[in-house]
Amino acid sequence: MNELRAQLHEWRVAIERTLPPWWPRALAVLLIAFGLLLPQIFSTTSNFVNTEILALTYVMFALGLNVVVGFAGLLDLGYVAFFALGSYAFGWLGSGWFFKAHVHVLVHGPTGTLPGIHLNFVLILICAGIFTAFAGAIIGVPTLRLRGDYIAIVTLAFGEIIRVFALQGPSLKIFGMPVTGGELGISGTDPPYLPGVGQFSQLDIRPWYYTIFVLVLITLFVTIRVRDSRLGRAWIALREDEVAAVSMGIPLVRTKLLAYALGAAFGGIAGAFLGAYTTLIDAGEFQFGFSIFVLAMVILGGLGSVWGVVVGALLLSNINYYLIPDVLNPIPGDLGLNFNLTDLQVSIFGFLLVLVMVLRPQGLIPERRRKLELTRGIGETELDEPAASWVSVEPGEVVQ
Amino acid sequence: MTAEAPAPTQTSPGSPILSAEEVTKEFGGLVAVNRVSVDVPLGSIVSIIGPNGAGKTTFFNMLTGLYKSTSGRIVFSGRDITHDRPDVITKLGVARTFQNIRLFGAMTALENVIVGRHCRMRAGLFGSIVRAPWVRAEERAVQERAAETLSYVGLRSRQFGQLSSNLSYGDQRRVEIARALASDPKLLLLDEPTAGMNPHESAALTDFMRKLRNDLQLTILLIEHDMKVVMGVSERITVLDHGEKIAEGSPGEVREDQRVIEAYLGKQS
Repeated sequence: MNELRAQLHEWRVAIERTLPPWWPRALAVLLIAFGLLLPQIFSTTSNFVNTEILALTYVMFALGLNVVVGFAGLLDLGYVAFFALGSYAFGWLGSGWFFKAHVHVLVHGPTGTLPGIHLNFVLILICAGIFTAFAGAIIGVPTLRLRGDYIAIVTLAFGEIIRVFALQGPSLKIFGMPVTGGELGISGTDPPYLPGVGQFSQLDIRPWYYTIFVLVLITLFVTIRVRDSRLGRAWIALREDEVAAVSMGIPLVRTKLLAYALGAAFGGIAGAFLGAYTTLIDAGEFQFGFSIFVLAMVILGGLGSVWGVVVGALLLSNINYYLIPDVLNPIPGDLGLNFNLTDLQVSIFGFLLVLVMVLRPQGLIPERRRKLELTRGIGETELDEPAASWVSVEPGEVVQ
Repeated sequence: MTAEAPAPTQTSPGSPILSAEEVTKEFGGLVAVNRVSVDVPLGSIVSIIGPNGAGKTTFFNMLTGLYKSTSGRIVFSGRDITHDRPDVITKLGVARTFQNIRLFGAMTALENVIVGRHCRMRAGLFGSIVRAPWVRAEERAVQERAAETLSYVGLRSRQFGQLSSNLSYGDQRRVEIARALASDPKLLLLDEPTAGMNPHESAALTDFMRKLRNDLQLTILLIEHDMKVVMGVSERITVLDHGEKIAEGSPGEVREDQRVIEAYLGKQS
């Protein structure tokens, strides 16, 4: 095992040496180009492009959660709350759900005459982002005095609160209108309309693909910029040592809440997009499992590592939505076994996670800092921390 | 300080930049610091000494806002900071180091110092995303300054990019001082800066403290166990024992004080 690992490492170093220094950039450009061409290459009637739309949405979710968990080190197990709130933001602002209202802002075509609140798709995404950012900050407040596991418990509870709220929504009324559709969901959402693209439909899913593609690019841009900024450093400092960080002049409350808000905003926008894409905002979707699924992507890819998280999210969602149900599903049947692979989906998933965590605990593409911590940090300079009682004063010296 | 002429006092060379008035900290029933008053004159080097558990670090934590004092008042530069948050106090001009070094281990030496500059920087969320020219300029200036500060405390430039957790103990102490200096403090609090150093290193640090004070017009308040350092560098010394101030004065006065001798050696029977 160790020999194999050493051999692999050797190869990697050799490969890294032969590649020109600009290769990460070139790779990024190639990947973006591939991403742009993907719906042209693959048939949009197959499930593959549909999967990629979902996968990219999950990339956005995972990047958002990465801000909270990876950058700021706040273990958030209630991320589903922002998926839910983002989706509802879309349901409320882009359907006939609030049937007594007649609000139309920059909408196109027949939607302009329907009852309910109908906002332009882009406006809804922005509203969803702002709305969930506030929600994120509010959810963050009670965790400010907590650390580690306790944050996890509180956020988990918030995720559940939002889920129950979504389920009980039909009996909650504002102005005589139910707040959510519960398990029946909010349906009949407006198909987005973008100038130059036209009305989105389920028949041609390419516009959906490009929309989420652009959203992911924006998320990546924002995440990377913030990571390498004053704010990003403050998050890492807080993650490393809260007491030292506040003593160095980092405002604890504002910095932490900004992490929650930014992470939540990405989750909310992705949630709104997913709501629009699936055209049904159903309370049954907002399960705790979603939070874990996204967290698994972040950890698998590499906590705090932007590119790692992208890979982790693409990988897990492709396995979950495409590889297992579409490609590998009939294999057991072909082998004469009497079950489908989808029956084992969760087990396969768990097995893969365990495998990766054993072989590569730092994630697929670890963050630079953590990589250094895990490799170079060990054994090189063992700190000879002095014992607390190591005091160079002889009490007698005072008297002299 | 204020523009008005400082009130003349006989005992101190300058008016106090920091004065703690009857500061008390209770943890449940335990009184860790009991009505301690300390004046730190502007531009001086003042030491707080005392046996282990005397409440020195607790006192420091109250000065920097990490602990809220149970009663009493702390005035820095004419402003009551008793109830201010740690980051606000840092911004006002108080910086500190820790007894057990608390660097950000996953950050490089340079990044640690840049974080120390946080409160003097302006870039916020949107500034960072847009990365406007002024944000870039600020970032560049802070990086250069951080490198200068690291050189000033004696780090070699090839160490700037190393993870702080990989630096030697002595160098970590240097980085911690550089990080504190990065916030342009008026008052520097050093919590046992020579802990774990050999006599030679301690002597070097003593000289460095004087240099700091003279170069940067700093006021320094330090907790120290090494009597050679304390007697050599301090202009005034406050002695704490069991959370109470038992003596105060010049090194000579403190050395002769009967209660100090008792606190360190025990009462003669």
